[in-house]
Amino acid sequence: MHMLEVKEIHKSYGSCEVLKGISFTVDKDETKVIIGTSGTGKSTLLKCINQIDPPDKGEVWLDGEELTNLSTDMNRIRQKIGFVFQDFNLFNHLTALQNVSIGLEKVKKIEKEKAKARAFDELKNVGLEKQAGQYPAQLSGGQKQRVGIARALAMDPVIILFDEPTSALDPELIGDVLDVMKSLAGKVAMLIVTHEMGFARNVADEIIFMEGGNIIESGSPEKMFNNANKERTREFLGRISCLYGKE
Amino acid sequence: MQSLPQILEGVPVTLLLTFFSISVGFCIGLLLALGRVYGKKAISYGCIVYLEIFRGTPLLVQLFIIYYGLPAVGIIFSPIIAALIGLSLNSAAYQAEYLRGSIQAIPSSQMIAGRTLGMTRLQSIRTVILPQALRISIPAWSNELIYLLKYTSIVVYIQVRDLTFQAKDIASHSSRYLETFLVVALIYLLFTFVFSEIVDRVEKHVRIPGIGLTQTVAKRNA
Repeated sequence: MHMLEVKEIHKSYGSCEVLKGISFTVDKDETKVIIGTSGTGKSTLLKCINQIDPPDKGEVWLDGEELTNLSTDMNRIRQKIGFVFQDFNLFNHLTALQNVSIGLEKVKKIEKEKAKARAFDELKNVGLEKQAGQYPAQLSGGQKQRVGIARALAMDPVIILFDEPTSALDPELIGDVLDVMKSLAGKVAMLIVTHEMGFARNVADEIIFMEGGNIIESGSPEKMFNNANKERTREFLGRISCLYGKE
Repeated sequence: MQSLPQILEGVPVTLLLTFFSISVGFCIGLLLALGRVYGKKAISYGCIVYLEIFRGTPLLVQLFIIYYGLPAVGIIFSPIIAALIGLSLNSAAYQAEYLRGSIQAIPSSQMIAGRTLGMTRLQSIRTVILPQALRISIPAWSNELIYLLKYTSIVVYIQVRDLTFQAKDIASHSSRYLETFLVVALIYLLFTFVFSEIVDRVEKHVRIPGIGLTQTVAKRNA
């Protein structure tokens, strides 16, 4: 059984169909990268998975539970699905440490001292123990995103969804965030929407190429970069590799 | 000046009216604001009706209805109770609008971030939205506090013995209108000054480090 299974997801906004039947799976501790031009529904797909924006049709299964079933308690399930946002979305009124510990305290009901200790460990793992007492507005973009990742990790998720985690960052800050993500590969399942081709190539177990609300092609980085089946895939990867570097 | 003790008798009444109404008005106002922003259609609509009624009619008329009008249907309040009810319900409507503005000023992505951690909607509102919204509503809320302190003076029309009532009483007996009302004006001024000073300190104390700018903007727009 696959850990995450997405079956024939459809999603429309008004008359615009953003997702036209998306299916794929993610196994335990596997890293999958979704690539594609902007506006092809990649972010929508992630929000359909954790039911923040439920799909109109299709099913999402996680660990044998159907998330698209309305009787499923998503508040319980979402604790297992980490989410890292493009714009970080840290809680502005809380310190870095509190940002990481609040889920443990309020959702997992772990007592304050233990939650803080765990949160501090997570911040340490992303290299931010010195910034624990700082507020989001006092952190750089790269630091904010690492807090965002620590916040997701603290909940002990089985999978983390990344929605263009480096797109809002200055180029010199991207590396730190990617390093943290690389260090997670193989330890927790990750589904990553990104334009970082070097990262996709080196870290992904599989690359999924999406366009116009469909999956055009998917496969290992080796296959996708060197002998993709579809002309469109080759064209896209060729173009984007020029922009974002081949590594 | 021998009438100063009588004027000061009105001070506790004025302060009671102010603090009670601002507090009860805040609780009701918060519920109205939440109902309007997050409530289902019927609840949201009910909140709007409340707001329109209390903001669309004069406070004095509301007090007259409560004090002079309701006895006609068998509901009788003492002047002070009528005043507390009227001021609280009226202030609730204004505070609801300030709070609604602040709640809506918090990006919806903050709520989504809370939900992705597994928080319920209510938990997200309580731990993520409100702590931020309440902070930015402080300047507007401070205005409301000062308005309310001054507006309590109209309760003289329903025979509540507040600061203004005592002054009117003394002035009409002694004919010393100017001195008496200048003293009263000074007392109101003193309280508004102290109140805004206190609220200012609170605002600085709870300010989120690193976002002084947003706070200044919020204040300017208030």
